Amino acid sequence: MNSLRKILSLIAIFVLLSGTVVFASEPVQVEKPKEKLDVKELILEHLADSYSWHITKIGDTDIAIPLPVIVYSKTSGMHVFLSSAFKEGASHEGLIIASEGKYKGKIVEKDTHGNENRPFDISMTKVVCALLFNSALLIFIILTVARSYKKDTFESKKGFVGFMEMFIMNINDEVIKPCVGKDYKKFSPYLLTVFFFIFLTNLMGLLPVFPGGANITGNIAITFVLAIFTFVIVNVVGTKEYWKEIFWPDVPVWLKVPIPLMPAIELVGVFTKPFALMIRLFANMLAGHSIVLGLTCLVFVTVSLGPAMNTSMTVVSVVFNVFINLVEVLVAFIQAYVFVLLSSVFIGLARVEPHHAKEAIK
Amino acid sequence: MSLLLPDSGLLFWMFLSFGIVVFILVKYGFPVILKMVEDRKAYIDNSLSIAKQAHEELASVKSEGETIVDNARREQVKIMNDAAQMRDTLIKEAKDKASVEAVKLVEDARKQILIEKEDAIRDIRRQVALLSVDIAEKVLRGQLEKKDEQLDMINRLLDEINISKS
Repeated sequence: MNSLRKILSLIAIFVLLSGTVVFASEPVQVEKPKEKLDVKELILEHLADSYSWHITKIGDTDIAIPLPVIVYSKTSGMHVFLSSAFKEGASHEGLIIASEGKYKGKIVEKDTHGNENRPFDISMTKVVCALLFNSALLIFIILTVARSYKKDTFESKKGFVGFMEMFIMNINDEVIKPCVGKDYKKFSPYLLTVFFFIFLTNLMGLLPVFPGGANITGNIAITFVLAIFTFVIVNVVGTKEYWKEIFWPDVPVWLKVPIPLMPAIELVGVFTKPFALMIRLFANMLAGHSIVLGLTCLVFVTVSLGPAMNTSMTVVSVVFNVFINLVEVLVAFIQAYVFVLLSSVFIGLARVEPHHAKEAIK
Repeated sequence: MSLLLPDSGLLFWMFLSFGIVVFILVKYGFPVILKMVEDRKAYIDNSLSIAKQAHEELASVKSEGETIVDNARREQVKIMNDAAQMRDTLIKEAKDKASVEAVKLVEDARKQILIEKEDAIRDIRRQVALLSVDIAEKVLRGQLEKKDEQLDMINRLLDEINISKS
């Protein structure tokens, strides 16, 4: 969505540069400053999930794709309908999108006392749809690459497949292999999947047109699941030595008994690792989207300061947006890279072998 | 704050879709690619070592060939020398033989000629003796036509014999 704003700002430059004089006499311009622009609301709205996929606005009509709402309520049972039923803030089958309060922007159900209850909501929201689209795209891309290997095995690949091969092998050899260690081959398919999932999702988030533009990796539920996967793998494949180092580490006994100081710290460490993964990816992507949105808002905020100011700030906004978007492409890669790097390191740490050297010294 | 609270519906969908993605790609996607790249690497390494080996073999074959050619050339030179030597000795021998033969032939011819000459001389002598006897007969016959002469003759001969006897 941010990129749509960017396009708008580009158009704005054109119009402003070509006819500031005309603009001044336009009666439409007089109307605009009346709408007070709440930048914070606008940005938060764009970052958050929504029940319909808003594409653009032509004139006064919103162009949005209605998405299916799937809600289970304890009182009224199952509800399945399209989100277009909520048009103009109307309620449907006793359900309504809350406009304020704790559940703002989510579907709620009002009980007899007027309290808002949140039903079990597995609606296919914008993020869900983009997520499914990206998943399908990723599966398609990787399976296409994999299939081309079945055709002619020993031929070196060209074009897209060759690029993907180089990419995959680079991550495999430079990140996964050194970080996981000995039996990295067992984990590399999963870690590669995570890498390409995050990378593709990040890039699609930056894409201005329809299937992209959703803030997926900047949503904490998504990064939470990713972190959970890594957490489970790390702790399932953990060796005896790994668990020993958590509950009975090589420290003076008084640090372990009677108050299990070190085990407590180590145990917290087990959970902070995936937590760091989750927060890092979420915060980085969210921040990237916020900056782009904020810079784009500059165009609309400065409208009230007059044409000259508006024009110059538009130029600034576009220049900075281009810069930030390029940075975001880099960040998209770096975040996927860091996530996989840290996951690899955690898996590598969980597969420690007993320290023979230390024991020999004792 | 709603940004920091994971939404249950989204969690559900994320678990579902990411689980499917992981399942499919871990089973059918990346292992295939990684394995093929690994296989290709092994194949290239193998091919390289084979090529190296072939190269070495070729070099050894080449040097072997060179030694064979060298030997052959040496052999050739030797054979040619031998042949030249043999030719010279043969010619020399033939010449020697021929000269000996020639000498012998000349000798033989000379001997033959001598023999022939002696034969011829002997023959002439015989002829001459016969002729002289005939002539002497005729001469004697002419001289001895008268009786006294015959007697004279006999006497003389007898004298002669006596003289020779004494």
